[in-house]
Amino acid sequence: MSYEIIGITVLWTFLYGYIIIASIDFGAGFFNFYSKVTGTDNIISPIIGRYLNPVWEVTNVFFVFFFVGIVGFYPDTAYYYGTALLIPASIALILLSIRGSYYAFNSYNKESKMSWAFLYGVTGLLIPASLSVALVISEGGYIIQDDSGIQLNLEELLFSTYSWSVVFLAIITVLYVSSAFLTFYANRARAKEATELTRRWFLIWTLPMLVITQFVFLGLRDHNYEHFTNAQNVWYLFGLSLLFMGIAVYLVWRRINYGLAFIMIMMQYGFAFFGYGISKMPYILYPYVEINTSVVNDAMALALTVVFVLGLFMLIPSLGLLLRLFLFDKDYVQGKDNSKY
Amino acid sequence: MDDVILGRVLTATTLGFHIIFATIGVGMPIVFMVLEFLGIRKKDTDYLTMARRIAKGYTVTVAVGVVTGTIIGLQLSLIWPDFMRLGGQIIALPLFMETFAFFFEAIFLGIFLYTWDRFKNPWHHWLLNIPIVIGSSLSAVFITTVNSFMNTPAGFDMVDGELINIDPLAAMFNPSTWVRVFHVVATAYTTAIFLIASIGAFKLLRSKFNEDREYHKKGLKVMMVVGLIAASMTALAGDLSAKFLHEHQPEKLAALEWHFETEDNADLILFGMLDEENQEVKYELRIPSFLSFLAGSSFDTEVTGLNDIPEDEHPPLVIHYFFDIMVFFGFYALGISILYFIAKFTRLDEHHPALLYAYVLTGPLTMAAIEAGWFLAEMGRQPWILRGYMRVSEAVTNADGLGVTLVAFVILYALLGFTCSYVLLRMFKGKSAQQDRFDLYGERYKGGQL
Repeated sequence: MSYEIIGITVLWTFLYGYIIIASIDFGAGFFNFYSKVTGTDNIISPIIGRYLNPVWEVTNVFFVFFFVGIVGFYPDTAYYYGTALLIPASIALILLSIRGSYYAFNSYNKESKMSWAFLYGVTGLLIPASLSVALVISEGGYIIQDDSGIQLNLEELLFSTYSWSVVFLAIITVLYVSSAFLTFYANRARAKEATELTRRWFLIWTLPMLVITQFVFLGLRDHNYEHFTNAQNVWYLFGLSLLFMGIAVYLVWRRINYGLAFIMIMMQYGFAFFGYGISKMPYILYPYVEINTSVVNDAMALALTVVFVLGLFMLIPSLGLLLRLFLFDKDYVQGKDNSKY
Repeated sequence: MDDVILGRVLTATTLGFHIIFATIGVGMPIVFMVLEFLGIRKKDTDYLTMARRIAKGYTVTVAVGVVTGTIIGLQLSLIWPDFMRLGGQIIALPLFMETFAFFFEAIFLGIFLYTWDRFKNPWHHWLLNIPIVIGSSLSAVFITTVNSFMNTPAGFDMVDGELINIDPLAAMFNPSTWVRVFHVVATAYTTAIFLIASIGAFKLLRSKFNEDREYHKKGLKVMMVVGLIAASMTALAGDLSAKFLHEHQPEKLAALEWHFETEDNADLILFGMLDEENQEVKYELRIPSFLSFLAGSSFDTEVTGLNDIPEDEHPPLVIHYFFDIMVFFGFYALGISILYFIAKFTRLDEHHPALLYAYVLTGPLTMAAIEAGWFLAEMGRQPWILRGYMRVSEAVTNADGLGVTLVAFVILYALLGFTCSYVLLRMFKGKSAQQDRFDLYGERYKGGQL
């Protein structure tokens, strides 16, 4: 396999991983805040905390991994995205920083503060929206290149149906994925009330989820017809994605096997995300950055691939240990572990 | 202001803020690793409580370190897109490895913090320190190789603005890598250790909890032992750096020593004020021939002067002040730890209030030395972003909005810095360490013994 394919597959997979675990993380922060406002926080907040506390740092690394990787494998992206995204990416960074730090401030402070819960809850919803701008501009048409260099066409971005549909997709994804995960986790914790609460949140968000995906396709048709036709060629991937969503919703609706339901949701996103990615090829940023022409020199590509494989040997067992201790350890999940911190 | 200045100020602000937390991030795991070791070994719950309290505070600083690290990671591409396009061909490898190291640390830190009481054998929990120390120190190592590469580029040829014949490992292990890595890691350990020593000394002066005195004395003693080792390593690293600069970056050495004429028997200048027009130094402390000695272990070593370097490649001469601060505060910590042992092994009281005040200063001053050291290292390679190949002015973004971005980030850092201090202060204020010890280990371990 050539380096450009290896590179993009690795990066796309990591981005996929980030979308799933960050959605859980961001959504959990929002639901934590929401439950404080509605007075149900004694039901759900301890469960959210028990899950989030040991893993919050790891979520962030997935993101760092992605952007370091993409600049490494395709240095041109640093130039194009770097220049175009100065303002949008700075906004995303500020939101990420507020969220990341106030999560820690709130969790490790003597008592939780409403305003801090607000900061990290609400920024959690805005971060995916602001990060999705990078995916939106990858479709082309939002960047102007002339003699002075690159500029982002902000007006085009703000008044485009496609960009807004992606933004809403990002927000709804967060709420949809995290409520599904929390249903599973609460159920494992044998917290009946919490399970019912999160199950209801999940079911509420399924309808907007269906609607927004249609809008994204319509927006893409208007914005980048070439990509839209490519997407139609892999229609079966999107079909499978819809099928998995159906199974997930059915399982949660009937209250059977929330774990399987969450795996179905991961499949739903997996197929849609890779379907989108495959149909995008060969462009990373239409039409400026192509994977074939912008890939890093061979020596570096080889070194990166070797490091990546070695890194995985180290990461996978460590991640496995983390999950075993905090996600699959019954006593911990049910709050019976009396480790004091 | 023009974009180059704005870009530099923004990068400096982010890094200046980040290195506070990054230094703690790299150094502090050593501190609680040592304390937990002593605690288990001596069956002493005081040390264990100390390790746990420090680890808890550490988590808060890690959060800020993580987010500011993410910021600088992306800002490299946002502010200096042309540099990353060129440099990305080469620095991708260490950056990528840094992420893995950080990943590794993040996973085990999460496990470490939430499994204190989970293992029957306490040594199993202690083992978790090892991946944390490895991960945090390796991230420092890898990221320092990137910075070293920017100072002393190697491992490629440049033909018509294109990089060819790239050798990723030669670029990573460029001439300045070893000496800088050593310097960065040693100073991070030193700073973290003395920060804890400062807190201990401060508590001995001011704490309202009398029952904690023995606890803080124990902590102070441990920190002074490891602090003395780390500070000596730092001094050694500094000496190696001077020799390195003489060999590979003479313009930086000349600028930070206000050394204008190339000569042997060159004097070392400490403090002083410079009259740049006449190249005259006033009020300085001059150690004859010592610069030559530092540069080459012999007074006859010829040290290149600034006048032999093209004027448009001169680093700013203000870096001499940063050099003074770094060296002076670095040696202060070393001197204080020696003083502690002199007091301890003679008839003096090592906990005399005057000495305690001196200990309190070590932490903040070593942190100031870190900041000054980075300012001198980074400003000392101006005007280059990639020394000898790309100037800072060629690398800055052409996008609008650097000014607004700068303001936004300054506000962000002020907010984070303030809240972080608030949380850390509150975390340890209301409750004595002995109370914590009691809550964690119970009445039967009274008096520190497990």
